Amino acid sequence: MKVELTVNGKAVSLDAAPNTLLVQALREHLKLTGTHVGCDTAQCGACTVILNGNAVKSCNLLLAQAAGGSVSTIEGLAAADGTLHPMQQAFKNCHGLQCGYCTTGMVMSAVDLCNKHPKANEAQVREGLEGNLCRCTGYQNIVKAVQEGAAAMKA
Amino acid sequence: MGATDFANLPHIGESVLRKEDYRFLTGAGQYTDDIDLANMTHCVFVRSPHAHARIKSVDKSKALKAPGVVGVFDGQDVAADKVGGLPCGWLITSTDGNPMKEPPHPILAQGKARYVGDHVAMVVAETLEQAHAAAELVAVDYEVLSAVVDVRDAAAGKGPSVHDEAPDNHCYKWAIGDKAQVDQAFTQAAHITRLDLINNRLVPNPMEPRAAIGSFNRASDEYTLWVSNQNPHVERLLMTAFVLGLPEHKVRVIAPDVGGGFGSKIYLYAEDVCLTWASKKLNRNIKWTCERGEAFLSDAHGRDHASHAELAMDKDGKFLALRVHTNANLGAYLSTFSTAVPTILYATLLAGQYTTPLVYCEVDAWFTNTAPVDAYRGAGRPEATYLLERIVSRAAWELGLGQDEIRQRNFITQFPYQTPVALQYDIGDYHACMTEAQKLADVAGFAKRKADTEAKGLLRGIGYSSYIEACGIAPSNIAGALGARAGLFECGEIRVHPTGSVTVFTGSHSHGQGHETTFAQVVASRLGIPVENVDVVHGDTGRVPFGMGTYGSRSISVGGAAIMRALDKIEAKAKKIAAHLMEASDADIEFDNGEFTVKGTDKKIPFGQVALTAYVPHNYPLDKLEPGLNETAFYDPTNFTFPAGTYVAEVEVNPNTGEVRLDRFTAVDDFGTIINPMIVEGQVHGGLAQGIGQALLENCVYDRETGQLLSGSFMDYAMPRADDMPHFNIGHVCTPCTHNPLGTKGCGEAGAIGSPPAVMNAVLDALAPLGVKDLDMPATPNRVWDAIQHAKA
Repeated sequence: MKVELTVNGKAVSLDAAPNTLLVQALREHLKLTGTHVGCDTAQCGACTVILNGNAVKSCNLLLAQAAGGSVSTIEGLAAADGTLHPMQQAFKNCHGLQCGYCTTGMVMSAVDLCNKHPKANEAQVREGLEGNLCRCTGYQNIVKAVQEGAAAMKA
Repeated sequence: MGATDFANLPHIGESVLRKEDYRFLTGAGQYTDDIDLANMTHCVFVRSPHAHARIKSVDKSKALKAPGVVGVFDGQDVAADKVGGLPCGWLITSTDGNPMKEPPHPILAQGKARYVGDHVAMVVAETLEQAHAAAELVAVDYEVLSAVVDVRDAAAGKGPSVHDEAPDNHCYKWAIGDKAQVDQAFTQAAHITRLDLINNRLVPNPMEPRAAIGSFNRASDEYTLWVSNQNPHVERLLMTAFVLGLPEHKVRVIAPDVGGGFGSKIYLYAEDVCLTWASKKLNRNIKWTCERGEAFLSDAHGRDHASHAELAMDKDGKFLALRVHTNANLGAYLSTFSTAVPTILYATLLAGQYTTPLVYCEVDAWFTNTAPVDAYRGAGRPEATYLLERIVSRAAWELGLGQDEIRQRNFITQFPYQTPVALQYDIGDYHACMTEAQKLADVAGFAKRKADTEAKGLLRGIGYSSYIEACGIAPSNIAGALGARAGLFECGEIRVHPTGSVTVFTGSHSHGQGHETTFAQVVASRLGIPVENVDVVHGDTGRVPFGMGTYGSRSISVGGAAIMRALDKIEAKAKKIAAHLMEASDADIEFDNGEFTVKGTDKKIPFGQVALTAYVPHNYPLDKLEPGLNETAFYDPTNFTFPAGTYVAEVEVNPNTGEVRLDRFTAVDDFGTIINPMIVEGQVHGGLAQGIGQALLENCVYDRETGQLLSGSFMDYAMPRADDMPHFNIGHVCTPCTHNPLGTKGCGEAGAIGSPPAVMNAVLDALAPLGVKDLDMPATPNRVWDAIQHAKA
């Protein structure tokens, strides 16, 4: 099955089996291993990417469902010269990550959340991140980072 | 260098941002599953669907013919190759003098499967999909047997034998303390508080599931194992010396970026050995990545104790004696450090922060048809703290004392303090932790908040927990005397490069703890160079001389101390070079903030010049000193470290629904010297979330009859999410550790140890007006509601 889509701004054409998941296409076909798999029930959010402007769990979508669409992964978030996106920088500034495994999905969810709710308060951020599990941070510094990142994205 | 001088160095106590973050934030981390080798095949394990079954036959023929399959192996293949079983790293001796029962733990089941998820066969194929398809074709003929699941059933002699070697399923009976004296003290008591408790079974669930790649190079006769693991040298030692009989120098174990561990990645697992063994048999690289459902079944679980405790007091609430009996569930096989958890790491902490002069604890450990149980964040110390802090609060309520008052009346105040359960605490200030916690928690405002809550028709409770833990594991000789089959030192190497930058090689392993930053801070501060000029290498037996790894909050106190020792050697040698360059006597050289000076003169040269001279030794005392500036040190601690603190929780409970909302949580810890407060607070936050998760959400449940795992996914096992957690108030007290060169005590486990009883005491305090006295974790709405109805009845 041939599928064309845009990944991090670049046109991509993939020849993949029909049952290929979006996360498999990213990790195995495109070697974009920054998108992680943390569960098998679409509960943890480690695989979160942005598809056509919405955060989605890429383990729970077929590649075919993304055909013709535009996918942003963590690898496409920083500037071309390597400068971190404001949300990435906020995670660093606030110690919003420890082992790093959930981080990439968490950052993508956070970017989506702040695009849609730039003024989210603490309770709204916590609710907005409900779909992303982190086992290391207890979420406190993630919440702080998302609020700082939201402010920086507006600036 | 001593702890006081160390604490005063520049950058010590600074929240330096993490060096490792850039790669994690840009998706450039390299976790095991991200590694893609040429010639890679993929492995799927066939696991037992039954908790207990005789394996009558394994028919591999169809699977072997399936597309893409390169190998299928079962227990008979393993036995034919004389592959050993997985070893247990800690020998416990029973009270009757007999060693614990130690049945074989084969890497692929032989004769019987003993828990749901037990490895029965492995299938290797060109693609993961082909391996999955072929695994379906492995025909295993099982004769299903009855199962023993719950530790209380095992202790009551119900159910079948899991192992022939332990017909009554009893692994050991272990005890500590003087029973006769304790019994005598109970006869003198003015008041006795009694408590029965379950410490609920947990699944560690690091976000990165376990993964491994086995690789064999025929040309060099060398194996490489990439594995998501917390201590690659220990993994290699156990695998080569005890299981595969390989020479260590032919095996390299690499634990690359590891996505959390929490104890569950300490152990040598069957899958790791299977992949290493099969990589040579098939002459292929083999990858296995655990699926989450598989992780629930096969990762070592945590806790699972059933205990009875009694606390004897005088009329003023002074503790006279504590008597405890615990039944511990070890699961179906002995995991690497499983036997130490409910004994050495548990009962030795039962004095807590208190002057209780007499403690007796007896532990019976049992085999059951469940996944192996081993250390999970805190490992034995959370179980001790939960029991002790629950019974102390209950005693307070029974005596009409405040939860703070009864603790303050019993706090140890003189150090060093020898407990009746083997440990000697070097230092602490428990009153200061309590005072600071009460201030931060605004305990003074509790009455007002309670009134506000009650006006809404809800209940509010406050809970205390004053925990202590033994960390910095461990003095090797003491551990050895207690049954450890390994040393527990750590190794550090400092390689100063000619231009003055430094690479540090540490046997500690970072899987989220931020060692690449904290350890760099230590080295940069000592040498007076920028943190950016120091890189830390860990997790590779091919690069790091040796190591015992990361667990038991030991990394900074043992691994950091090894680095300090290596720095002492670097400094001593560098001073000799500096003395030569400045034509002074060695004894007159001083080193401060990156500069060598000659006492009483204005002569000085920077560290970088000395480093360059060491590698370009044109003007150098070659007759007395070797060139180069590279030193290795091993550090074996002389005592455990004793982090301690007081936690205060406040909950709101809805009496109509049983819903508990954790409204406020305050943690005040004494970790001794803090190198990077940002990282330390992050560790506390994470520990708190796991401890609060245990208290309110998480529960690993097996069907008590069939041994089927009922909480086998994130849809059944409630992991803490962002909106389950309150904002944590964190504070610190500092009494530096007296026996390591940094004054540090370790901070990784405290949150998970101290928080469960604080939360549960708060829930019980809230429910007290309804007459609820007993409640086991997790305090889910269903359980709380049931408890309320039961109290009404």
